Amino acid sequence: MKHKKKKHILWLIFIFAFLYTPILLLGFYSFTDAAMIGQMRGFSLHNYKTLFTTPELTSMIWGTILLALVVGVLSTILGTMGAIGAFYGRRKSRHAIELMNQIPVVNADVVTGFSVCILLVVVLGVDKDTYLPLIAGQMALCTPFVYLQIMPRLTQMDPHLYEAALDLGCSPFQALMKVVVRDLMPAIGSGLFTAVTLSMDDYFITTYTKPAVFNTISTYTVNATRGSQTSVKTALWALSTVIFAVVILGVLVVNYRSSKEEEGGWSL
Amino acid sequence: MRFRRRTLSIPYVLFLLVFVVAPLAVVLIYAFTNGQGRFTLENFFAFFKSSRTIATLLYSMWIAFVTTMVCLLLAYPTAYVLARGGFKKGGALLLLAVLPMWINFTLRITAVKELLDAVEGNLAYYPFLNTIIGQVYDFLPFMILPIYNVLLSLDQKVLEAGRDLGADPKRLFWQVILPMSRPGIVSGITMVFLPAMTNYVVLDMLYNSTYIMGSLIGSYFNAYDWHNGSMISAILLMIIAFFSWLEKKAGGDISDSSAARGGSLL
Repeated sequence: MKHKKKKHILWLIFIFAFLYTPILLLGFYSFTDAAMIGQMRGFSLHNYKTLFTTPELTSMIWGTILLALVVGVLSTILGTMGAIGAFYGRRKSRHAIELMNQIPVVNADVVTGFSVCILLVVVLGVDKDTYLPLIAGQMALCTPFVYLQIMPRLTQMDPHLYEAALDLGCSPFQALMKVVVRDLMPAIGSGLFTAVTLSMDDYFITTYTKPAVFNTISTYTVNATRGSQTSVKTALWALSTVIFAVVILGVLVVNYRSSKEEEGGWSL
Repeated sequence: MRFRRRTLSIPYVLFLLVFVVAPLAVVLIYAFTNGQGRFTLENFFAFFKSSRTIATLLYSMWIAFVTTMVCLLLAYPTAYVLARGGFKKGGALLLLAVLPMWINFTLRITAVKELLDAVEGNLAYYPFLNTIIGQVYDFLPFMILPIYNVLLSLDQKVLEAGRDLGADPKRLFWQVILPMSRPGIVSGITMVFLPAMTNYVVLDMLYNSTYIMGSLIGSYFNAYDWHNGSMISAILLMIIAFFSWLEKKAGGDISDSSAARGGSLL
């Protein structure tokens, strides 16, 4: 039994080494002047200075965050309304919505992005500079995931609560907001989180629908690896390290809060 | 007019029709028409006649197949150890295993690229190997999550029954646990195989200049060739439809796989 446990631990060490070595090495070298991993150079915050003072980089970062928030909020509202409506609607229409909802989830992002571009830009002639194709395209990817977060929660909800609220004098809209939406808040929160991360991670939809001058972290990084600008390249190492730190911090905060709530240690 | 809850879905239905269904319909129309707007199967046959595009299709499938297999071989033991290894903090360790998913994937691939560059000296020597490493690095969490979920929720009673009926641990694994984890495996495979066929950014960033299906769309897009680009999309749609059907048939849970993609752990 003990021997087995040792094997398990060794395997986990191997997997975690695989997953974390690249990120951690990049993080380490981001604090030096090295232009390549493996070059020994002294400590330097040069990359971080470049990252936070180069207008091109800062506007790209803020653009990504702003876009993710806009797309995230719109998708969350739309997906939540869609799920509530479908849940209380007729069975046939719910089935139809679910089917359409599934399309962007299983579809390749390249195809989603390309198809939105073809319809909006090529056929309807919408200007990419309006950001409309970009926002609509990303929402087409994100909203179905919000919907999928909301639906299970609706299924678990006690249907009598809404009726009780009506009996106690709420208008249907009030009952909806005070009972249903209130109960959905955790699911709405994780839907928003999912939508924001999907938007921030997206490359394919963005690249087919974005205005020419606008870049997100994804499109910028891909272009930077094609180019040979070393200072920008190593500044992206700093960006990767900052995001890694933010993710770790976020996970710690969420887990600390939920473990305090449940007193059951770590939970997901 | 009285407020009805089911009317709330109207905006979303309209959105889906305009931004999901209509674009795909247009892609299909473009795929099967020529520049004059006449119906044609020419693009379709051209794809299967050209050795270049067929080679691309086969190369994508080969890349996707190897990536999926490697992911499965790495993810299954990981998910197993995390779910059934008896670790007190198995949940926290799972979080650690999927946490890289929340770092932008282009930055993660950058990290892999820099490391491989330092180790290999020149990325151009091993384009295939590098692509597999990059893709596995990118998609591994998508495989771990659904398998972990299914292993965690295995019915304890069935395992006990197996033991009572005299199965040793080895047999219990091969004849009970592994077959019962099939839905998770199926979900994981669909979550990895399709993106691996189309995510050409990983190849681009690792200087693998061979095309996969996604790169074809990209190159037609850059050449403003909407008809051929749409044909590639249409062929991918058929492959995707086939896989979704296969997943359903094999007992995979689509909501499970989508949960993995959305990183919905919170």
